[in-house]
Amino acid sequence: MNSVEIKKLDLHFGSVEVLNDLNLEIEKGEFLVLLGSSGCGKSTLLNCIAGLLEITNGQIFIEGKNVTWSEPSERGIGMVFQSYALYPQMTVEGNLSFGLKNAKLPKDEIQKRVARAAEILQIESLLKRKPSALSGGQRQRVAIGRALVRDVDVFLFDEPLSNLDAKLRADLRIEIKQLHQKLHNTMIYVTHDQIEAMTLADRIAIMKGGKILQLASPDVIYNKPKVKYVAEFIGSPTMNFLKGSISSNQFSSSLCDFALDGYSSDQLNFSGNAILGVRAEHISSGDSASLSQVQLNGSVELLEPLGSDTLARVNVDGSLFWVRLDGQSKVSLNQELAIGFGTENIHLFDAVSEQRI
Amino acid sequence: MGWLILDTKNEIMDQKRPNQLFRNKTAKIAAIPMILTALFVFVGGTIWTITYSFTKSGLLPKLKWVGLKQYDRLWATKKWLVAIENLAIYGILMLLLVFIIGFILAALIDQKVRFENTFRTIILYPYAMSFVVTGLIWQWMLNPEFGVQSIVRDFGWKSFSFDPLYNSDIAIYGVLIAGLWQGSGLVMVLMLAGLRGIDQEIWKAARIDGIPTWKTYLMVVIPMMRPVFITTLVLVTAGIVKVYDLIVAQTSGGPGISTEVPAKYVYDAMFSGQNLGQGFAASTMMLLTVAIVVIPWALLEFGGDKKHG
Amino acid sequence: MANTRTMNVEPSGPKPKKTLSRNNIFLYGTLFVIAVYYAVPLYVMIVTSLKGMPEIRMGNLFAPPVEVTFEPWVKAWSEQCTGLKCDGLSTGFWNSVRITIPSVLVSIAISSVNGYALANWRFKGANFFFTILIFGAFIPYQVMIYPIVIMLREMGIYGTLTGLVIVHSIFGMPIITLLFRNYFTSLPEELFKAARVDGAGFWGIFFRVFLPMSVPIFTVAVILQVTGIWNDFLFGVVFTGPEAYPMTVQLNSIVNSVQGVKEYNVNMAATILTALVPLSIYFVSGKLFVRGIAAGAVKG
Repeated sequence: MNSVEIKKLDLHFGSVEVLNDLNLEIEKGEFLVLLGSSGCGKSTLLNCIAGLLEITNGQIFIEGKNVTWSEPSERGIGMVFQSYALYPQMTVEGNLSFGLKNAKLPKDEIQKRVARAAEILQIESLLKRKPSALSGGQRQRVAIGRALVRDVDVFLFDEPLSNLDAKLRADLRIEIKQLHQKLHNTMIYVTHDQIEAMTLADRIAIMKGGKILQLASPDVIYNKPKVKYVAEFIGSPTMNFLKGSISSNQFSSSLCDFALDGYSSDQLNFSGNAILGVRAEHISSGDSASLSQVQLNGSVELLEPLGSDTLARVNVDGSLFWVRLDGQSKVSLNQELAIGFGTENIHLFDAVSEQRI
Repeated sequence: MGWLILDTKNEIMDQKRPNQLFRNKTAKIAAIPMILTALFVFVGGTIWTITYSFTKSGLLPKLKWVGLKQYDRLWATKKWLVAIENLAIYGILMLLLVFIIGFILAALIDQKVRFENTFRTIILYPYAMSFVVTGLIWQWMLNPEFGVQSIVRDFGWKSFSFDPLYNSDIAIYGVLIAGLWQGSGLVMVLMLAGLRGIDQEIWKAARIDGIPTWKTYLMVVIPMMRPVFITTLVLVTAGIVKVYDLIVAQTSGGPGISTEVPAKYVYDAMFSGQNLGQGFAASTMMLLTVAIVVIPWALLEFGGDKKHG
Repeated sequence: MANTRTMNVEPSGPKPKKTLSRNNIFLYGTLFVIAVYYAVPLYVMIVTSLKGMPEIRMGNLFAPPVEVTFEPWVKAWSEQCTGLKCDGLSTGFWNSVRITIPSVLVSIAISSVNGYALANWRFKGANFFFTILIFGAFIPYQVMIYPIVIMLREMGIYGTLTGLVIVHSIFGMPIITLLFRNYFTSLPEELFKAARVDGAGFWGIFFRVFLPMSVPIFTVAVILQVTGIWNDFLFGVVFTGPEAYPMTVQLNSIVNSVQGVKEYNVNMAATILTALVPLSIYFVSGKLFVRGIAAGAVKG
């Protein structure tokens, strides 16, 4: 039995289709990330699962139960919000116990759950404080705690780290991952940050325009993107693209022509306009470029030294390629640089449908 | 103003720091009305009135010191005592009711009702009208011949009696009804603005926690709205103390003196009673009442720092 | 907790909601009753003002006029007597116009400049005087009225239009200055700095940079002031004489001092006429009006 199942979900606001025929199956204990840019529908989908938004069509099942018409508090979920949404006039302890008191749970049960959550999140010393006296990271932990005490199977996270600064984000990301490893609950996590997605997810669902473009593990998403949008969205720096055409198993473009043996294709015998994609780290440079199947010559336009690597933007006859160089390499600005890549590391997309070839 | 602009230009290009007094000269000149008003009218006028309340002024102000005599007389005058009592009844009830009504209306409208604009327009329009108009309208609505009483009687309830304005004991409540009609819209608008300022995610969190709507309002939202409540409280109180036109229009202070209020007492004493001293003393008392509410609020709101906003 | 009652229906799509659910009835019911409480007086007034006196005496307040007549309106406007003059409310109307227009112009002119000076040209003592101004807004008018009477008498303008305009400007200053100050503070400071670097001075920046950007706030200020000044009673009655009484004062004396037979229809027509100007502004400006009062209430 899946932990969460979504069948044929539609959501219309008036005439605007926000979510369209969405289907999703999430396994027990899975950490699923809904990833996409603003307006893709990821938060909307999460709110539908939570029961905070009413759907137009379809069904939602949580732990085998049809919760399509159930109130949020009856769905067996806990939710963590971007702005934490802690009750400002109550102490941390009050925040954690408010919902439980409302459900008329016995006092010792409430105490037990609060203590357990406080221990897991290490907020025991903060119990008597009010939210205004807490730091951002502490507030977020309390928000997670509020979901924890509900003793539920499914946790929902709505961009919980977006309000924090970079360092705090990195720290809390690790804490959330550790939490998942400890509790083994199903977690559905919404974010626009691909790093969060890649590091936390068991599977990522990349969304655009209310649809799921690809649902797969981070590894597959990164190495076998199904559509150009996914390939472009994941990976930093962005994947390099080159326009061209394919016929008789050959790729031709203004810069290069080469045979496509060695490329594992999804669509055999494709012919037509295509877009070639290759990641910065899959482009060799300098001497090693001479060993590559495809070789190009360009000049270095821009250098971004990151310490561990250096990113170089190479101009090849007007087309720009980002190339990842070793941090210690001695490449300089305006230098002529040979670059190259092979068919085993490229991605090809139909120029019209943007589907993987 | 050409030469003034030139002046500022020179100031910008000037190497040494310009004389403090002449900096922002134009701004200071432009603010003269404000400074004059603040000093002479607000501070000066108030001090003047307070000072003269200790004198034996009759038809004209006379600088003859009599200490607290005017105040003694004031507090021995039945008309004043009735006025104060009325203000207390009107004030306390008005405050309570206008908040309850205003908040409930705001909460109802906040439920994303349809026709929100229509409801708001209807509830707020009385505020756009003069107190005189309001007073007259309710003078007629409460008229036993053809107002509410006669309507209810027409519906069959023959013994229904509702003419507060003819009954000395409860006339002030008739004024209260009119005041509520006029003022609830304002409170509703302010409360609604406050409600809209509440983070939507708090509502979501409460729903996930399973907290029923009414409880969320009571235990989460209202505590969060404390600043709005306090501001509204101060505004309404300041308005209540000033109530004058409403009384004049609706009841002229009657029947008898049963709807007298301090503001009317002051006006009557000053301009028809030829008793300025009493008028000054009474208005000083009014000032005191307002001060009791406003000063603690100001201290709370602005603490020790004098910065605004 | 699946709905055991609807076990035979598999939940799908939006939850079935009876439009007549208990909550909805309570909600719309209450609002409707309240709306009636508010609207009825106005309805009654309009309806009564269109009836002839005989019809009114017959009783039912709520019935629409059997015979619509505009005579009460004509009478109210041009024939009612105040004191010795029998020109109806039209006198008061034009007086109110004569009072309101200059008062609005002057008070807004002064207060907008004040607000501008406070927001952008911080000078020593500015906030001090401003604080006094704000406190002044709470002081009951009665406390300051007599000294003002004396001052105006000394200046020889007591009882004149000028005097009244000055009074309205004085008492409008706190709220309107606050309004403008808050607004100008919210405008980007870079704009101001850029203008200064370009060499513009106090008035230059005001007229050429800020003014064109401030149409909405000026509108709100005009709405607030027109409503407040038109509806004023106290200052009208203290600072003018019977020939120059504004509409509100005249209305009160017409209605409340007439002995003998009260012509309710005329009185109600008169009342509506008096309320017409601010009400029209209110109905037309809607959201701006709300913004005005909200802005006046939000301090700092």
